[in-house]
Amino acid sequence: MIAAAEAMTTADRSDTNWDRNPILTVENLTMRFGGLVAIDNLSFNVGRGDITALIGPNGAGKTTVFNCVTGFYKPTEGRIVMRHGPGHQDEGVAAVTASSNKWGQTAEGAVYLLERMPDVEISQKAKVARTFQNIRLFSGMTALENLLVAQHNTLMVASSYTVGGLLGLPGYRRAHAEAIDKAAYWLERVDLIDRADDPAGDLPYGAQRRLEIARAMCTQPHLLCLDEPAAGLNPRESSALNDLIQYIRADHGVSVLLIEHDMGVVMEISDHIVVLDYGVKISDGDAQFVRTDPRVIAAYLGVDDEEIEEKPEIASLVVEALGEEAATEAGIAADGAPPPEAIAAQADSAAGLADAKAHPGTRPAGLDGAREGGPDRLTRINGIGPVNEKKLNGLGIWHFDQIGAWKKKEVEWVGSYLSFPGRIEREDWVGQAKVLARAAGKAKTTRKGKQGGGQ
Amino acid sequence: MTNTADTRIADSIRDAFIAALLVAVLGFFFLALRTDIAPGGLALSTRWGLWFTAIAIVFAVRLLLNLFVYRAPAGAPKPESGIGKMAHRLSGYSTVFGYVMFALAAALPFIVMALFPVQQRQYIDLAILIMTYIMLGWGLNVVVGFAGLLDLGYVAFYALGAYSFGLLAFYFDIGFWVALPLAGLLAAMWGIVLGFPVLRLRGDYFAIVTLAFGEIIRVVLINWSDFTGGPRGVSGIPKPTFFGLDFTRGEGGFADFFGLEFSTIHRFVYLYYIIFILAIITYFVTARLRQLPVGRAWEALREDDIACRSLGINIRNTKLTAFAISAMFGGFAGSFFATRQGYISPESFTFIESAIILAIVVLGGLGSQIGIVIASIVMIGGMEMLRNLGFLTQIFGPDFDPVQYRMLIFGLAMVLIMVWKPRGLVSTREPSAVLKEKKKIGADLIGQGEGHKA
Repeated sequence: MIAAAEAMTTADRSDTNWDRNPILTVENLTMRFGGLVAIDNLSFNVGRGDITALIGPNGAGKTTVFNCVTGFYKPTEGRIVMRHGPGHQDEGVAAVTASSNKWGQTAEGAVYLLERMPDVEISQKAKVARTFQNIRLFSGMTALENLLVAQHNTLMVASSYTVGGLLGLPGYRRAHAEAIDKAAYWLERVDLIDRADDPAGDLPYGAQRRLEIARAMCTQPHLLCLDEPAAGLNPRESSALNDLIQYIRADHGVSVLLIEHDMGVVMEISDHIVVLDYGVKISDGDAQFVRTDPRVIAAYLGVDDEEIEEKPEIASLVVEALGEEAATEAGIAADGAPPPEAIAAQADSAAGLADAKAHPGTRPAGLDGAREGGPDRLTRINGIGPVNEKKLNGLGIWHFDQIGAWKKKEVEWVGSYLSFPGRIEREDWVGQAKVLARAAGKAKTTRKGKQGGGQ
Repeated sequence: MTNTADTRIADSIRDAFIAALLVAVLGFFFLALRTDIAPGGLALSTRWGLWFTAIAIVFAVRLLLNLFVYRAPAGAPKPESGIGKMAHRLSGYSTVFGYVMFALAAALPFIVMALFPVQQRQYIDLAILIMTYIMLGWGLNVVVGFAGLLDLGYVAFYALGAYSFGLLAFYFDIGFWVALPLAGLLAAMWGIVLGFPVLRLRGDYFAIVTLAFGEIIRVVLINWSDFTGGPRGVSGIPKPTFFGLDFTRGEGGFADFFGLEFSTIHRFVYLYYIIFILAIITYFVTARLRQLPVGRAWEALREDDIACRSLGINIRNTKLTAFAISAMFGGFAGSFFATRQGYISPESFTFIESAIILAIVVLGGLGSQIGIVIASIVMIGGMEMLRNLGFLTQIFGPDFDPVQYRMLIFGLAMVLIMVWKPRGLVSTREPSAVLKEKKKIGADLIGQGEGHKA
């Protein structure tokens, strides 16, 4: 089933840069923390020279993927291949995988199996650099020193592992001057040259983010991983950041993998977007493909109402995907009450799942309309958003007790129908619904009793 | 306005009264009552006058302070006072200050001989002691100040250096100058050996394990009597020679060779210059290392080890080099200690030694080399100076023995310094590389590394 879903959600594979010429391939990556599955069987490619964005709701496992790629976590299962040469180099990768080596030389260049390497070697040898969500600069050192620390390994060799440096050999002095030039170049690039001798901790927030990117670039990476680079930036800084990332890609040939919540940044600069939800890949393609993918919309709309209101970029995604009318009906812009059939039809078409029989399990029995007293507010169940409520209404599900009566088969069917298998169990919709149904029943009887007494 | 002034006066009086009450309670047992040795036991005598005077002084001073000094509202930052400014200025002119200190230190034995001909031996001996601690402080500074690893067992390497030389001399009859580099190498090797198991530890756990290592070394030295002499120690350790010349009376001695009149002071002056040169070497090597990639990696490690890993810096090797280099200088100093004393025993290498060296580093300001010099002079010199506080007997009466109050006064001084300069005497950091203009980095931004994190 997963394979089928994968095939369905992935864009046409034949002609994308990331499938033709991937610099990084993540295959069947699984990361478990005790019983918690943070990433489940995730596979995707990062194209050479592409800017690839990894997006998803909070807790989707994006940073965990980063930590696996950069060696901060050791994945439970899976393979992460980094290639310095062009193309797939399938034979070389297979050869290294079969051996016990961490990397191997191929005709096109070296291939590295990142899941076998410690973080230090990933930066040093595989040339993958990263930044952190919460900035990790050396705050008591100057901006210049931060960039010199990043060139540690080059300088260590040049100082013949300290001995030459201690004696002040000319080779080291030359290397030191070059390192300073390189640091000055990057300081110029990120517009911090005037603050080179200021401690990093004194710089404003936006400048610290830029300095961290410059520091990562000083390790001469082939792949740069940015963890929420635009977080906390104002619109002007954010657009400067876009320029910087594009400059890095264009002038230094560095591929970029970034996690970002700012959809403006993502949509504007990404060549390729991978969407995660609960550790599972739900969409993979270019910006146009992803923004119209019903699974992405479902994932973002599965979140609470407040969150949608807080995140206009999601609302705009929904609007674009469903068309103004449907979005309005979905309760994002206004609270209308259109006829249930119309919504059902719309929801079906939005999900691209007109044929209800295509799903495994049994379709839950529905009612023709809400019972007397009006439908229950299904969005009170944690995990059901306005769009899913409408979709469920379209199935004839109007009341908590209906959901409370679902068995395993029904849950499976609805999960597949709403395009997020497994989530209903995880969020325990059925249990929540039972509680709510009981509460609603009680409320009704007391209200009736009071009314009776009044008359 | 007057209203607030009134409340202020009332508050001041109340506060002064509380302070006076405190003194009354505390002082009752220390000042008012007094036990004297009398026939058949102890006799109690009272000194009410002294007690009342103390209470009155505290009340008056407290009141005056409240009214005229503590005027700023509580919590408002107070400007740095006298010594604070001085220390800041000292660090500001650290180069000039350093040169002056260097020149003074280089000429010290001759200055002492000229100024204090009677006490010259005592003062030069003190100078040697201070120099030894300066060197140890600079050595420990590599691990604690630069790399930010709180090492509570540094004395282990001091002991290793001392015993390396002591035992080499005892078993193989090796002289100081040959044993010195061997002692350094052995200590460095042990630094790596002891460093390995603690690499994965962080914070408090790291500090506790280093503390344990310090004790283990000492306990081994005590119990392995067949080899180390156990609690009896090693005696008869040879004195250093001056290019083969012994500092002995008569034919072939140093004085005889140079046609000088024999004097025991020659040996002390020579010892002083040995430790002076060793300390200067320590200074230049550690200062230079700080500007090399390895030193910058140490400091980066102190600031953020996770960021270091992401930049491809091998944390294990970086920590181990810090350990080894620090241990090596400890070993050199230990070897010097052995030759100066001529006799070593495990008693010289207790935890209090580690604590004193660490206190010097912390008091001087983590990572600051000039601060360590000041702190050593204040701590070691001050502690010795407190032995001869003859004038205090004139204040507290002829029964007052200043030696007994030495540690108390000293502890109080330490507390005061730490209250007034919580990050040490010289808390600013100088950048290791400069693009245009050298700026000091304030203490609030500098990380303190492992063992200091809350």
